[in-house]
Amino acid sequence: MLLERRTESPSARTLVLQVDEWAGHLPGQHVDVRLTAEDGYQTARSYSLAAPPDGDRLEITVQRADGGEVSPFLADDLEVGDRVELRGPLGGWFVWRPEDPGPVLLVAGGSGVVPLMAMIRARAGVSRAPFRLIYSVRTPEDRLYAAELRRRAAEDGGLDVSYVYTREAPADSPRPPGRIRADDLVTHGWPPDFEPTCFVCGPTPLVEAVAGLLVGWGHDPGRIRTERFGGS
Amino acid sequence: MTQTETGGPYDGNALAGPLAEVFALEVTAAVARCRGCGRSSPVATLAVYGPDPGLVGRCPGCADVLVRVVRTPDEVWLDLGGMSALRFSVPS
Repeated sequence: MLLERRTESPSARTLVLQVDEWAGHLPGQHVDVRLTAEDGYQTARSYSLAAPPDGDRLEITVQRADGGEVSPFLADDLEVGDRVELRGPLGGWFVWRPEDPGPVLLVAGGSGVVPLMAMIRARAGVSRAPFRLIYSVRTPEDRLYAAELRRRAAEDGGLDVSYVYTREAPADSPRPPGRIRADDLVTHGWPPDFEPTCFVCGPTPLVEAVAGLLVGWGHDPGRIRTERFGGS
Repeated sequence: MTQTETGGPYDGNALAGPLAEVFALEVTAAVARCRGCGRSSPVATLAVYGPDPGLVGRCPGCADVLVRVVRTPDEVWLDLGGMSALRFSVPS
């Protein structure tokens, strides 16, 4: 049942859902949301959980896709008190366990930051594992969780956040807009000899490009975990 | 994960929900061996296409189909013929 909706960016909303029973989940996991129309037509989409477990409350962040079948409805039309069907938690590979002490490199493209934000939120107050987030977005106003990331980078200790803008960068940015490149990873990431676990999430082309760059740099492919959101 | 509504290819993380109905253990962390090229890959890393008419997971090495899942109102149809082995970690 929808409890609350928060705006994260012009095109993205966080939905806070209350579920009947929830045994908990690991950061990185997702849920499948199924909608049934009056005529019986069903469609489902997967959404990453945006936050660590909190009793019977779950958070997902929905990016509205132009022409999308499900996302505009969830982002804008679902009303507080309405119910949706959920299956989860799902996924056991693209997860971070707070007991792991090693450094973590998070690379996000667009809404790919959602499961990585769950990891960052789960880490707070629980783990001192060094975390670096490299977040690729088109323009500064497309960033999700910007204020919270700024606060956490200052307060959580051991979290660094850097942005790669692909279309339009702030006026004072030293880096001109453009796709993520090897030197962005070298400047803002962990080197291979730190043996970080790398989580890369976002549109398929970005994930594949970044995974290739990390392997080319010398990172162990077995320590690179990917989640492709499809599309471009 | 979040499906972008602009289509695939996704990866094997998208199979977690559909295969949760069939497998008692979490399947995306299991390692599948391709019958075609012999490569072993975590199911989460398969190249996944669909969901219509069904989901198809392909080997990241040679692109052979390792898994097909089709869901009808009263059946799950699963074809694992492209895998020669599927290895799960069992919690001890």
